[in-house]
Amino acid sequence: MDSETGRLQEFLNGVRDEAPILIGVAPFGMIYGVLAVSAGLSTLAAQSMSFILFAGSAQFILARLIADSASLMVMVMTVFVVNLRHALYSASVAPYVARLPLRWKFLLSYLLTDEAYAVTIRRFAVSGVTPLGHWYFLGAGLTLWSCWQASTAVGVFLGSQIPPSWGLDFTLALTFIAIVVPLIADRAMLVCAVVAALAALLFAFLPMKLGLLAAAAAGIVAGFWSDR
Amino acid sequence: MSREWIAITVAALFTFLTRFSFIALSGRWTPSKRLCRALQFVPVAVLCAIIAPEVLSPTGSILPLFSNPRIPAAIVAILIAWKWRSTLGAIAAGMALFWLFKL
Repeated sequence: MDSETGRLQEFLNGVRDEAPILIGVAPFGMIYGVLAVSAGLSTLAAQSMSFILFAGSAQFILARLIADSASLMVMVMTVFVVNLRHALYSASVAPYVARLPLRWKFLLSYLLTDEAYAVTIRRFAVSGVTPLGHWYFLGAGLTLWSCWQASTAVGVFLGSQIPPSWGLDFTLALTFIAIVVPLIADRAMLVCAVVAALAALLFAFLPMKLGLLAAAAAGIVAGFWSDR
Repeated sequence: MSREWIAITVAALFTFLTRFSFIALSGRWTPSKRLCRALQFVPVAVLCAIIAPEVLSPTGSILPLFSNPRIPAAIVAILIAWKWRSTLGAIAAGMALFWLFKL
């Protein structure tokens, strides 16, 4: 096969397989945009966060922590632990991109989100290591990226039109409830969830949102401990 | 540079390095099963630690249980997310109930 058309074909396969996921991603991006602006971020900062951080739930959390005047350490540490799962994705796709030049590794790392990973690893698991597989990854990743940037922009625009009296900040808690409930699949996860929630209320007196990190640590330890 | 920009930039750098980590190592080291399991608890713990105060003490102290509209809204959202796994359904129903109780 001509490698030029082969690349395009792989890229388009990635776009095609990622597309159905956008139905769930687009509203989420809009909600992020609305929330970030109603939390007090400038429209430029809200949109830039989608561009340079590019990480769904971590962006919701960081927007809220900025509004709550959390310390820099708490903000960075919280985003870091929330995104630690990406290290697992990185380990899992590593064998398939091991032979690529560094610029490709940089680009694909930037695009390695939950949704791009889910689609790409399914394909890699079936096809194995192929010479043009990274074009599939790029197609899936860029499709998600474009959708996230566009839906954030719509949300940022809407958010700047909606008055604070609507109480839209509460959508943060509801969004996180919708994300976290399906993750609680066994008893250890439930223990982790309950302990983290109670500890967060208990540690709420700590300054600069330090209680958040303490509560998360308590939940992780409790879940891990009850697992054995 | 203001606080929000420093936070966004540093957090983005950490996130990129996390994603790049094993790709950079090209599969020369893989995480253990125990570490993978521990990492699965992280999003659940962090999200629950954010949700609880947002629902029960949005103003800093725990609101009276029976006049806090966030509690029934959160319960309905939990039930919908659990029963139907619908993200948008949970958010929409929760907000609808929240507004209804605030009226």
